[in-house]
Amino acid sequence: MSILSLNSVSKSFGALKVTDDVSFDLAPGEALGIIGPNGAGKSTLFNLISGNLRPDQGAVLLDGHDVTGETPMQRCRRGIGRSFQIPQPFGHLSVYENLLVAAEFGGRVPGHDAPGLCMDILGRCGLAAQATAPAGSLPLLSRKRLELARAMATQPRVILLDEIAGGLTEGECVALVSTIRRIHDEGTAIIWIEHVLHALTSVVERLMVLNFGRMLMIGQPDEVMAAPEVKEIYLGIEA
Amino acid sequence: MIWLDTLAQGILLGGLYALFAAGLSLVFGIMRLVNLAHGDLIVLGAYVILVMVSVTGLNPFLAATLALPVMFGFGMLLQTHLFNRVLGEDILPPLLVTFGLSVVLQNVLLETFSADSQKLSMGPVEAVGVPVGPVTLGLVPLATLGSAVAVIAALNLLFYRTKLGRAFRATSDDATTVQLMGIYPARIFSVATGIALMVATLAALYLGARANFDPTIGPARLLYAFEAVIIGGLGSLWGTLAGGLVIGVAQATGAAIRPEWQILAGHAAFVAVLLFRPRGLFPRAND
Repeated sequence: MSILSLNSVSKSFGALKVTDDVSFDLAPGEALGIIGPNGAGKSTLFNLISGNLRPDQGAVLLDGHDVTGETPMQRCRRGIGRSFQIPQPFGHLSVYENLLVAAEFGGRVPGHDAPGLCMDILGRCGLAAQATAPAGSLPLLSRKRLELARAMATQPRVILLDEIAGGLTEGECVALVSTIRRIHDEGTAIIWIEHVLHALTSVVERLMVLNFGRMLMIGQPDEVMAAPEVKEIYLGIEA
Repeated sequence: MIWLDTLAQGILLGGLYALFAAGLSLVFGIMRLVNLAHGDLIVLGAYVILVMVSVTGLNPFLAATLALPVMFGFGMLLQTHLFNRVLGEDILPPLLVTFGLSVVLQNVLLETFSADSQKLSMGPVEAVGVPVGPVTLGLVPLATLGSAVAVIAALNLLFYRTKLGRAFRATSDDATTVQLMGIYPARIFSVATGIALMVATLAALYLGARANFDPTIGPARLLYAFEAVIIGGLGSLWGTLAGGLVIGVAQATGAAIRPEWQILAGHAAFVAVLLFRPRGLFPRAND
Protein backbone atom coordinates (compact mmCIF):
# COMPACT_ATOMS: atom_id res chain seq x y z
CA MET A 1 0.00 0.00 0.00
CA SER A 2 1.18 3.52 -0.73
CA ILE A 3 2.01 5.81 2.18
CA LEU A 4 0.80 8.96 0.45
CA SER A 5 -1.72 9.31 -2.38
CA LEU A 6 -3.09 12.32 -4.20
CA ASN A 7 -6.33 11.68 -6.09
CA SER A 8 -7.14 14.26 -8.79
CA VAL A 9 -6.17 17.19 -6.60
CA SER A 10 -6.98 20.65 -8.00
CA LYS A 11 -6.57 24.13 -6.58
CA SER A 12 -7.31 27.55 -8.07
CA PHE A 13 -6.43 31.03 -6.92
CA GLY A 14 -9.19 33.03 -8.62
CA ALA A 15 -9.06 32.22 -12.32
CA LEU A 16 -5.56 30.77 -12.10
CA LYS A 17 -5.44 27.02 -11.80
CA VAL A 18 -2.25 26.39 -9.79
CA THR A 19 -2.80 22.68 -9.31
CA ASP A 20 -4.67 20.88 -12.05
CA ASP A 21 -5.85 17.32 -11.54
CA VAL A 22 -2.66 15.94 -9.98
CA SER A 23 -2.64 12.27 -8.97
CA PHE A 24 0.24 10.11 -7.76
CA ASP A 25 1.10 7.45 -5.22
CA LEU A 26 4.19 7.35 -3.04
CA ALA A 27 5.42 3.98 -1.79
CA PRO A 28 6.72 3.66 1.79
CA GLY A 29 10.39 4.65 1.84
CA GLU A 30 10.35 5.94 -1.73
CA ALA A 31 12.08 9.16 -2.80
CA LEU A 32 10.23 11.25 -5.38
CA GLY A 33 11.69 14.36 -7.00
CA ILE A 34 9.59 17.21 -8.36
CA ILE A 35 10.90 19.63 -10.96
CA GLY A 36 9.26 22.30 -13.05
CA PRO A 37 9.67 25.96 -14.04
CA ASN A 38 9.03 28.76 -11.56
CA GLY A 39 5.30 29.19 -11.00
CA ALA A 40 4.54 25.59 -11.99
CA GLY A 41 2.77 25.04 -8.66
CA LYS A 42 5.43 23.00 -6.87
CA SER A 43 5.24 24.75 -3.51
CA THR A 44 1.45 24.88 -3.78
CA LEU A 45 1.46 21.11 -4.12
CA PHE A 46 3.43 20.91 -0.86
CA ASN A 47 0.96 23.23 0.81
CA LEU A 48 -1.86 20.92 -0.28
CA ILE A 49 -0.03 17.90 1.15
CA SER A 50 0.97 19.57 4.44
CA GLY A 51 -2.50 21.05 4.92
CA ASN A 52 -1.62 24.75 4.69
CA LEU A 53 -4.01 24.83 1.72
CA ARG A 54 -7.20 22.85 1.15
CA PRO A 55 -7.80 21.53 -2.39
CA ASP A 56 -10.88 22.65 -4.32
CA GLN A 57 -11.26 19.11 -5.62
CA GLY A 58 -9.68 15.76 -5.02
CA ALA A 59 -8.34 14.00 -1.95
CA VAL A 60 -5.07 13.58 -0.05
CA LEU A 61 -4.62 10.17 1.57
CA LEU A 62 -2.00 9.26 4.15
CA ASP A 63 -1.74 5.51 4.79
CA GLY A 64 -5.08 5.12 3.02
CA HIS A 65 -6.60 7.60 5.47
CA ASP A 66 -8.38 10.60 3.93
CA VAL A 67 -6.67 13.64 5.50
CA THR A 68 -8.10 16.22 3.06
CA GLY A 69 -10.13 17.90 5.82
CA GLU A 70 -7.40 17.80 8.44
CA THR A 71 -5.33 20.72 9.75
CA PRO A 72 -1.53 20.98 9.31
CA MET A 73 -1.21 20.12 13.01
CA GLN A 74 -3.11 16.85 12.61
CA ARG A 75 -1.21 15.89 9.47
CA CYS A 76 2.10 16.61 11.19
CA ARG A 77 1.15 14.24 14.00
CA ARG A 78 0.17 11.61 11.44
CA GLY A 79 3.67 11.77 9.99
CA ILE A 80 4.07 14.50 7.38
CA GLY A 81 7.21 16.58 7.96
CA ARG A 82 8.01 19.70 6.00
CA SER A 83 10.94 21.97 5.35
CA PHE A 84 10.47 25.39 3.79
CA GLN A 85 12.17 26.90 0.76
CA ILE A 86 12.75 30.06 2.81
CA PRO A 87 13.81 28.78 6.23
CA GLN A 88 11.32 29.58 8.99
CA PRO A 89 13.20 28.90 12.23
CA PHE A 90 11.82 29.93 15.62
CA GLY A 91 14.39 32.72 15.87
CA HIS A 92 14.31 33.31 19.62
CA LEU A 93 14.68 29.62 20.46
CA SER A 94 18.01 27.85 20.38
CA VAL A 95 18.69 25.41 17.55
CA TYR A 96 18.25 22.53 20.02
CA GLU A 97 14.95 23.95 21.32
CA ASN A 98 13.66 24.24 17.75
CA LEU A 99 14.05 20.48 17.48
CA LEU A 100 12.65 19.81 20.95
CA VAL A 101 9.42 21.61 20.09
CA ALA A 102 9.12 19.60 16.88
CA ALA A 103 9.86 16.30 18.63
CA GLU A 104 7.69 16.82 21.71
CA PHE A 105 4.61 18.12 19.90
CA GLY A 106 4.82 16.95 16.30
CA GLY A 107 6.62 13.68 16.98
CA ARG A 108 4.98 13.05 20.36
CA VAL A 109 8.33 11.87 21.65
CA PRO A 110 8.18 11.28 25.44
CA GLY A 111 10.01 13.97 27.45
CA HIS A 112 12.91 11.76 28.59
CA ASP A 113 13.63 10.48 25.06
CA ALA A 114 13.42 13.85 23.31
CA PRO A 115 16.80 15.37 24.29
CA GLY A 116 18.82 12.35 23.09
CA LEU A 117 16.84 12.08 19.89
CA CYS A 118 17.23 15.78 19.11
CA MET A 119 20.99 15.77 19.77
CA ASP A 120 21.29 12.72 17.53
CA ILE A 121 19.47 14.47 14.67
CA LEU A 122 21.55 17.63 15.18
CA GLY A 123 24.69 15.51 14.89
CA ARG A 124 23.51 13.83 11.72
CA CYS A 125 22.57 17.17 10.15
CA GLY A 126 25.91 18.77 11.07
CA LEU A 127 24.45 21.20 13.59
CA ALA A 128 25.78 19.78 16.86
CA ALA A 129 28.25 22.65 17.32
CA GLN A 130 25.47 25.22 16.99
CA ALA A 131 22.97 23.50 19.31
CA THR A 132 22.81 26.34 21.83
CA ALA A 133 22.94 29.23 19.33
CA PRO A 134 19.75 31.26 18.82
CA ALA A 135 18.24 29.96 15.58
CA GLY A 136 17.73 33.53 14.37
CA SER A 137 21.51 34.08 14.31
CA LEU A 138 22.34 31.19 11.94
CA PRO A 139 23.79 31.68 8.43
CA LEU A 140 21.93 30.29 5.40
CA LEU A 141 23.47 26.81 5.22
CA SER A 142 22.79 26.19 8.89
CA ARG A 143 19.25 27.46 8.51
CA LYS A 144 18.66 25.03 5.67
CA ARG A 145 20.08 22.23 7.78
CA LEU A 146 17.86 23.31 10.66
CA GLU A 147 14.81 23.11 8.39
CA LEU A 148 15.73 19.53 7.59
CA ALA A 149 16.62 18.64 11.19
CA ARG A 150 13.44 20.13 12.59
CA ALA A 151 11.29 18.31 10.05
CA MET A 152 13.12 15.09 10.99
CA ALA A 153 12.42 15.71 14.68
CA THR A 154 8.66 15.49 14.04
CA GLN A 155 9.29 11.76 13.33
CA PRO A 156 7.87 11.90 9.82
CA ARG A 157 7.11 8.95 7.58
CA VAL A 158 6.96 11.31 4.63
CA ILE A 159 9.25 14.33 4.55
CA LEU A 160 8.68 17.23 2.15
CA LEU A 161 11.86 19.10 1.16
CA ASP A 162 11.34 22.41 -0.63
CA GLU A 163 14.44 23.59 -2.56
CA ILE A 164 16.72 22.75 0.30
CA ALA A 165 19.88 22.77 -1.84
CA GLY A 166 19.20 26.15 -3.44
CA GLY A 167 21.75 28.87 -2.73
CA LEU A 168 24.39 26.50 -1.36
CA THR A 169 27.95 26.10 -2.61
CA GLU A 170 28.97 22.86 -4.33
CA GLY A 171 30.68 21.48 -1.21
CA GLU A 172 27.75 22.37 1.04
CA CYS A 173 25.40 20.76 -1.44
CA VAL A 174 27.34 17.47 -1.42
CA ALA A 175 27.23 17.34 2.39
CA LEU A 176 23.50 18.02 2.39
CA VAL A 177 22.81 15.37 -0.25
CA SER A 178 24.63 12.74 1.78
CA THR A 179 22.50 13.67 4.83
CA ILE A 180 19.32 13.35 2.78
CA ARG A 181 20.46 10.04 1.32
CA ARG A 182 21.04 8.71 4.81
CA ILE A 183 17.53 9.76 5.87
CA HIS A 184 16.22 7.98 2.81
CA ASP A 185 18.27 4.86 3.57
CA GLU A 186 16.71 4.74 7.04
CA GLY A 187 13.32 4.28 5.40
CA THR A 188 11.72 7.73 5.45
CA ALA A 189 9.76 8.52 2.30
CA ILE A 190 10.84 11.78 0.66
CA ILE A 191 9.26 14.21 -1.75
CA TRP A 192 11.85 16.73 -2.86
CA ILE A 193 11.37 19.86 -4.94
CA GLU A 194 14.70 21.00 -6.36
CA HIS A 195 16.25 23.09 -9.10
CA VAL A 196 19.71 21.63 -8.44
CA LEU A 197 19.12 18.63 -10.71
CA HIS A 198 22.26 16.61 -10.10
CA ALA A 199 21.61 16.73 -6.35
CA LEU A 200 18.05 15.60 -6.89
CA THR A 201 18.71 12.79 -9.34
CA SER A 202 21.45 11.35 -7.15
CA VAL A 203 18.85 10.49 -4.52
CA VAL A 204 15.37 10.06 -6.00
CA GLU A 205 13.95 6.94 -7.63
CA ARG A 206 11.24 8.72 -9.54
CA LEU A 207 10.92 12.19 -10.99
CA MET A 208 7.79 14.23 -11.60
CA VAL A 209 7.60 17.25 -13.90
CA LEU A 210 5.03 19.94 -13.16
CA ASN A 211 4.07 22.65 -15.64
CA PHE A 212 1.23 25.16 -15.23
CA GLY A 213 -0.08 23.07 -12.33
CA ARG A 214 -0.38 19.91 -14.40
CA MET A 215 1.65 16.77 -14.04
CA LEU A 216 3.52 16.52 -17.32
CA MET A 217 5.36 13.31 -16.64
CA ILE A 218 6.36 10.94 -13.88
CA GLY A 219 8.87 8.11 -14.12
CA GLN A 220 12.53 7.06 -13.95
CA PRO A 221 14.73 10.19 -13.68
CA ASP A 222 16.83 9.42 -16.78
CA GLU A 223 13.76 8.62 -18.90
CA VAL A 224 12.01 11.77 -17.75
CA MET A 225 15.02 13.98 -18.41
CA ALA A 226 15.41 12.45 -21.86
CA ALA A 227 11.81 13.12 -22.87
CA PRO A 228 11.59 15.81 -25.59
CA GLU A 229 8.62 17.64 -23.99
CA VAL A 230 10.55 17.91 -20.70
CA LYS A 231 13.61 19.27 -22.48
CA GLU A 232 11.46 21.81 -24.27
CA ILE A 233 9.48 23.03 -21.23
CA TYR A 234 11.95 22.64 -18.44
CA LEU A 235 15.28 23.24 -20.08
CA GLY A 236 14.02 25.61 -22.76
CA ILE A 237 15.56 23.52 -25.56
CA GLU A 238 13.59 23.33 -28.79
CA ALA A 239 12.74 19.70 -29.45
CA MET B 1 16.29 58.56 56.58
CA ILE B 2 12.94 59.68 55.19
CA TRP B 3 14.31 59.18 51.69
CA LEU B 4 15.36 55.65 52.47
CA ASP B 5 11.86 54.98 53.73
CA THR B 6 10.36 56.53 50.58
CA LEU B 7 12.60 54.39 48.39
CA ALA B 8 11.63 51.24 50.28
CA GLN B 9 7.90 52.03 50.09
CA GLY B 10 8.28 52.77 46.38
CA ILE B 11 9.96 49.43 45.72
CA LEU B 12 7.22 47.59 47.59
CA LEU B 13 4.53 49.48 45.65
CA GLY B 14 6.43 48.60 42.48
CA GLY B 15 5.94 44.93 43.33
CA LEU B 16 2.19 45.46 43.04
CA TYR B 17 2.57 47.20 39.68
CA ALA B 18 4.79 44.40 38.46
CA LEU B 19 2.04 41.93 39.35
CA PHE B 20 -0.48 44.07 37.44
CA ALA B 21 1.87 44.05 34.47
CA ALA B 22 3.07 40.44 34.42
CA GLY B 23 -0.17 39.03 32.98
CA LEU B 24 -0.35 41.78 30.37
CA SER B 25 3.29 41.18 29.40
CA LEU B 26 2.73 37.42 29.13
CA VAL B 27 -0.25 37.73 26.81
CA PHE B 28 1.34 40.41 24.66
CA GLY B 29 4.57 38.45 24.42
CA ILE B 30 2.92 35.27 23.21
CA MET B 31 0.11 36.47 20.93
CA ARG B 32 0.72 40.23 20.39
CA LEU B 33 -2.68 40.84 21.96
CA VAL B 34 -3.01 44.17 23.74
CA ASN B 35 -5.64 43.36 26.33
CA LEU B 36 -7.36 46.64 27.18
CA ALA B 37 -9.56 44.77 29.68
CA HIS B 38 -6.60 43.60 31.75
CA GLY B 39 -7.20 46.16 34.52
CA ASP B 40 -10.87 45.23 34.72
CA LEU B 41 -9.97 41.55 34.81
CA ILE B 42 -7.77 42.29 37.85
CA VAL B 43 -10.76 44.01 39.47
CA LEU B 44 -12.93 41.04 38.54
CA GLY B 45 -10.37 38.83 40.28
CA ALA B 46 -10.68 40.96 43.41
CA TYR B 47 -14.46 40.50 43.41
CA VAL B 48 -14.11 36.75 42.85
CA ILE B 49 -11.84 36.60 45.91
CA LEU B 50 -14.36 38.73 47.82
CA VAL B 51 -17.15 36.29 46.94
CA MET B 52 -14.99 33.34 48.01
CA VAL B 53 -14.29 35.09 51.31
CA SER B 54 -17.94 35.75 52.02
CA VAL B 55 -19.07 32.27 50.95
CA THR B 56 -16.41 30.26 52.78
CA GLY B 57 -15.42 32.68 55.54
CA LEU B 58 -11.77 32.01 54.76
CA ASN B 59 -8.91 34.47 54.96
CA PRO B 60 -8.42 36.28 51.61
CA PHE B 61 -5.08 34.49 51.10
CA LEU B 62 -6.78 31.10 51.21
CA ALA B 63 -9.81 32.38 49.31
CA ALA B 64 -7.44 33.47 46.53
CA THR B 65 -6.30 29.87 46.07
CA LEU B 66 -9.95 29.02 45.33
CA ALA B 67 -10.24 31.99 42.97
CA LEU B 68 -7.14 30.97 40.96
CA PRO B 69 -8.68 27.96 39.16
CA VAL B 70 -11.92 29.91 38.57
CA MET B 71 -9.99 32.71 36.88
CA PHE B 72 -7.83 30.24 34.93
CA GLY B 73 -10.98 28.65 33.53
CA PHE B 74 -12.49 32.06 32.77
CA GLY B 75 -9.32 33.04 30.92
CA MET B 76 -9.39 29.85 28.84
CA LEU B 77 -13.05 30.46 27.92
CA LEU B 78 -12.43 34.12 27.12
CA GLN B 79 -9.53 33.29 24.81
CA THR B 80 -11.21 30.30 23.17
CA HIS B 81 -14.57 31.91 22.47
CA LEU B 82 -13.72 35.59 22.11
CA PHE B 83 -10.09 36.62 21.58
CA ASN B 84 -9.11 33.76 19.26
CA ARG B 85 -11.89 34.83 16.89
CA VAL B 86 -10.42 38.28 16.38
CA LEU B 87 -6.67 37.62 16.45
CA GLY B 88 -5.10 38.02 13.03
CA GLU B 89 -3.09 40.27 10.80
CA ASP B 90 -5.18 43.31 11.69
CA ILE B 91 -4.48 44.62 15.21
CA LEU B 92 -7.63 46.75 15.39
CA PRO B 93 -10.30 44.03 16.03
CA PRO B 94 -8.64 42.67 19.21
CA LEU B 95 -8.24 46.23 20.51
CA LEU B 96 -11.93 46.95 19.94
CA VAL B 97 -13.05 43.66 21.45
CA THR B 98 -10.94 44.02 24.60
CA PHE B 99 -12.04 47.64 24.93
CA GLY B 100 -15.65 46.47 24.68
CA LEU B 101 -14.97 43.75 27.23
CA SER B 102 -13.58 46.39 29.57
CA VAL B 103 -16.85 48.36 29.39
CA VAL B 104 -18.94 45.20 29.80
CA LEU B 105 -16.96 44.00 32.82
CA GLN B 106 -17.22 47.36 34.56
CA ASN B 107 -20.97 47.46 34.09
CA VAL B 108 -21.54 43.84 35.09
CA LEU B 109 -19.51 44.43 38.26
CA LEU B 110 -21.46 47.64 38.91
CA GLU B 111 -24.81 45.83 38.51
CA THR B 112 -23.72 42.89 40.63
CA PHE B 113 -21.73 44.50 43.42
CA SER B 114 -22.90 48.17 43.29
CA ALA B 115 -20.54 51.15 43.23
CA ASP B 116 -19.66 50.77 46.93
CA SER B 117 -15.95 50.41 47.48
CA GLN B 118 -14.77 47.14 48.97
CA LYS B 119 -11.66 45.87 50.67
CA LEU B 120 -10.14 42.46 51.26
CA SER B 121 -9.54 42.47 54.98
CA MET B 122 -6.45 40.49 55.89
CA GLY B 123 -7.02 40.72 59.62
CA PRO B 124 -4.27 41.46 62.17
CA VAL B 125 -1.46 40.66 59.68
CA GLU B 126 -2.15 44.03 58.02
CA ALA B 127 -0.68 45.88 61.02
CA VAL B 128 2.47 43.77 61.27
CA GLY B 129 5.65 45.65 60.47
CA VAL B 130 9.07 44.14 59.89
CA PRO B 131 12.09 46.24 60.88
CA VAL B 132 14.63 46.09 58.05
CA GLY B 133 17.71 48.09 58.99
CA PRO B 134 16.67 51.68 59.68
CA VAL B 135 13.16 51.37 58.17
CA THR B 136 10.05 49.38 59.08
CA LEU B 137 8.22 47.62 56.26
CA GLY B 138 4.67 46.26 56.29
CA LEU B 139 4.40 42.49 56.07
CA VAL B 140 1.68 42.59 53.39
CA PRO B 141 3.64 44.96 51.09
CA LEU B 142 6.69 42.75 51.59
CA ALA B 143 4.61 39.72 50.61
CA THR B 144 3.44 41.67 47.54
CA LEU B 145 6.98 42.28 46.34
CA GLY B 146 7.98 38.72 47.24
CA SER B 147 5.04 37.37 45.23
CA ALA B 148 5.93 39.58 42.28
CA VAL B 149 9.51 38.29 42.24
CA ALA B 150 8.27 34.70 42.67
CA VAL B 151 5.71 35.08 39.86
CA ILE B 152 8.28 36.52 37.45
CA ALA B 153 10.79 33.80 38.38
CA ALA B 154 8.14 31.09 37.97
CA LEU B 155 7.05 32.45 34.59
CA ASN B 156 10.69 32.52 33.46
CA LEU B 157 11.12 28.90 34.52
CA LEU B 158 7.92 28.00 32.70
CA PHE B 159 9.08 29.83 29.58
CA TYR B 160 12.65 28.58 29.41
CA ARG B 161 12.59 25.18 31.12
CA THR B 162 9.35 23.44 30.14
CA LYS B 163 7.71 21.90 27.11
CA LEU B 164 4.74 24.28 27.42
CA GLY B 165 7.12 27.24 27.64
CA ARG B 166 8.92 26.19 24.46
CA ALA B 167 5.54 25.96 22.75
CA PHE B 168 4.72 29.48 24.02
CA ARG B 169 7.96 30.87 22.64
CA ALA B 170 7.77 29.01 19.33
CA THR B 171 4.18 30.17 18.82
CA SER B 172 5.23 33.71 19.67
CA ASP B 173 7.93 33.52 16.98
CA ASP B 174 5.78 32.01 14.23
CA ALA B 175 2.18 30.97 14.81
CA THR B 176 1.91 29.51 11.28
CA THR B 177 4.99 27.33 11.28
CA VAL B 178 4.26 25.81 14.73
CA GLN B 179 1.22 24.14 13.21
CA LEU B 180 3.62 22.09 11.10
CA MET B 181 5.28 21.04 14.36
CA GLY B 182 1.97 19.67 15.62
CA ILE B 183 1.08 22.68 17.79
CA TYR B 184 -2.39 24.23 17.73
CA PRO B 185 -1.80 27.97 18.37
CA ALA B 186 -5.38 28.67 19.52
CA ARG B 187 -5.00 26.13 22.33
CA ILE B 188 -1.62 27.56 23.36
CA PHE B 189 -3.17 31.05 23.45
CA SER B 190 -6.02 29.80 25.66
CA VAL B 191 -3.64 28.32 28.22
CA ALA B 192 -1.57 31.52 28.16
CA THR B 193 -4.58 33.71 28.92
CA GLY B 194 -5.63 31.30 31.67
CA ILE B 195 -2.21 31.69 33.27
CA ALA B 196 -2.32 35.47 32.78
CA LEU B 197 -5.62 35.65 34.67
CA MET B 198 -4.17 33.58 37.52
CA VAL B 199 -1.40 36.17 37.80
CA ALA B 200 -4.08 38.88 37.63
CA THR B 201 -5.88 37.18 40.53
CA LEU B 202 -2.73 37.29 42.62
CA ALA B 203 -2.41 40.98 41.74
CA ALA B 204 -6.05 41.42 42.77
CA LEU B 205 -5.37 39.88 46.17
CA TYR B 206 -2.72 42.47 46.99
CA LEU B 207 -4.68 45.28 45.34
CA GLY B 208 -7.66 44.52 47.57
CA ALA B 209 -5.43 44.17 50.62
CA ARG B 210 -3.70 47.49 50.04
CA ALA B 211 -6.59 49.78 49.21
CA ASN B 212 -10.29 50.03 48.50
CA PHE B 213 -11.54 48.95 45.12
CA ASP B 214 -14.74 49.49 43.16
CA PRO B 215 -15.85 48.50 39.63
CA THR B 216 -14.39 51.59 37.97
CA ILE B 217 -10.71 51.38 38.96
CA GLY B 218 -9.64 48.89 36.26
CA PRO B 219 -8.51 51.30 33.52
CA ALA B 220 -6.07 53.11 35.82
CA ARG B 221 -4.49 49.75 36.82
CA LEU B 222 -4.22 48.94 33.13
CA LEU B 223 -2.31 52.18 32.57
CA TYR B 224 0.24 51.39 35.31
CA ALA B 225 0.60 47.86 33.96
CA PHE B 226 1.18 49.18 30.45
CA GLU B 227 3.79 51.63 31.58
CA ALA B 228 5.61 48.92 33.51
CA VAL B 229 5.65 46.63 30.44
CA ILE B 230 6.90 49.39 28.13
CA ILE B 231 9.54 50.67 30.57
CA GLY B 232 10.86 47.14 31.01
CA GLY B 233 10.98 46.43 27.26
CA LEU B 234 8.44 44.31 25.39
CA GLY B 235 8.92 40.58 25.80
CA SER B 236 11.16 40.72 28.89
CA LEU B 237 9.54 39.44 32.10
CA TRP B 238 12.37 40.61 34.38
CA GLY B 239 12.15 43.93 32.53
CA THR B 240 8.47 44.10 33.50
CA LEU B 241 9.45 43.70 37.15
CA ALA B 242 11.99 46.50 36.76
CA GLY B 243 9.35 48.64 35.04
CA GLY B 244 6.96 48.13 37.96
CA LEU B 245 9.68 49.15 40.41
CA VAL B 246 10.52 52.29 38.40
CA ILE B 247 6.89 53.45 38.52
CA GLY B 248 6.54 52.52 42.18
CA VAL B 249 9.66 54.41 43.24
CA ALA B 250 8.73 57.41 41.08
CA GLN B 251 5.24 57.55 42.61
CA ALA B 252 6.53 57.25 46.16
CA THR B 253 9.12 59.95 45.51
CA GLY B 254 6.52 62.24 43.94
CA ALA B 255 4.19 61.69 46.90
CA ALA B 256 6.98 62.45 49.35
CA ILE B 257 7.55 65.83 47.71
CA ARG B 258 3.86 66.73 47.40
CA PRO B 259 1.06 64.17 47.95
CA GLU B 260 -0.82 65.21 44.80
CA TRP B 261 2.27 64.53 42.68
CA GLN B 262 2.17 60.77 43.23
CA ILE B 263 0.38 59.75 40.00
CA LEU B 264 2.01 62.49 37.94
CA ALA B 265 5.51 61.43 39.00
CA GLY B 266 4.83 57.84 37.83
CA HIS B 267 3.75 59.02 34.38
CA ALA B 268 6.67 61.47 34.21
CA ALA B 269 9.11 58.62 34.90
CA PHE B 270 7.48 56.65 32.08
CA VAL B 271 7.94 59.53 29.62
CA ALA B 272 11.52 60.06 30.81
CA VAL B 273 12.45 56.41 30.23
CA LEU B 274 10.90 56.50 26.76
CA LEU B 275 12.88 59.64 25.91
CA PHE B 276 16.21 58.02 26.73
CA ARG B 277 15.47 54.33 26.04
CA PRO B 278 12.67 54.24 23.42
CA ARG B 279 12.64 50.41 23.44
CA GLY B 280 12.60 50.15 27.21
CA LEU B 281 15.27 49.14 29.68
CA PHE B 282 15.67 45.50 28.61
CA PRO B 283 14.62 45.08 24.97
CA ARG B 284 14.95 41.68 23.31
CA ALA B 285 18.16 41.38 21.35
CA ASN B 286 16.95 40.35 17.89
CA ASP B 287 13.50 41.80 17.27
